Amino acid sequence: MISALIGGAIIGLASGLLWLLNGRILGVSGIIGGILNWIPRDILWRVFFLAGLLSGGALMYRLKPENFEMLPMPSWAILLAGLLVGFGTRLSNGCTSGHGVCGISRLSMRSIVATLVFMAMGALTVGVVRHLLGGL
Amino acid sequence: MKAALGAYLTGLIFSVGLAISGMTQPKKVLAFLDVLGDWDPSLMFVMVGAIGVYSIAYRLVLKKEKPILEDKLQIPEPKKVDRPLIIGAALFGIGWGLAGFCPGPALTSLGTLQATPLIFAVGLFGGMFLFKGLRDRKVI
Repeated sequence: MISALIGGAIIGLASGLLWLLNGRILGVSGIIGGILNWIPRDILWRVFFLAGLLSGGALMYRLKPENFEMLPMPSWAILLAGLLVGFGTRLSNGCTSGHGVCGISRLSMRSIVATLVFMAMGALTVGVVRHLLGGL
Repeated sequence: MKAALGAYLTGLIFSVGLAISGMTQPKKVLAFLDVLGDWDPSLMFVMVGAIGVYSIAYRLVLKKEKPILEDKLQIPEPKKVDRPLIIGAALFGIGWGLAGFCPGPALTSLGTLQATPLIFAVGLFGGMFLFKGLRDRKVI
């Protein structure tokens, strides 16, 4: 619980930093999805942000490998999940960071609604998979 | 170039926060979403911490004329709740509940080069590419 709170505060801090330095909302799906638009003047900072995520992951994997423990899961399910997350977050213009953290902090009605919807659908999906289908 | 370095630093700090918070552990995320079963609410505190800090930081920076490395603050224009928002969020929620990964933690985990985040990232970029294709052709 304490680590969740501390990690969350660091997430909030990083989001505040991107706002202070670059004047951008920290929404991972938007920043990364924008790379595909291939706009020369707008692509470098996005790629660098992605590089930052990857380096942070590599660094933390060395320090705390147990924080990156993966679940055994069929590859098709992981691939399908990625597709849904990629398509869905672009269609709704945001994910857990852009809507869930930044949008709610800004009291955006769209973000509040989006967060309620993806949380509810996430809970429903886990409920169906675990308790109705008995797992993947 | 300076703005790119700012983005790099931000991405780095953000991913460290994600790794500490527990969001890079699909098992924890799925337990958080398992409200109909054995619910583990601890990840709720990630939201509490993040929103607590950002809601103050956002408003403090808003008083400034411009950000440090760029020309202006890109304030999102207020838009209405519409159908793409709801459908997109619903599809995202289903994917999130399937694998326990949302974009930030998935790309952070990609830095570990494990197979699961690699496969997920292929799907993630595939889904984003599909969206772009359909949007460019004005299908959606």
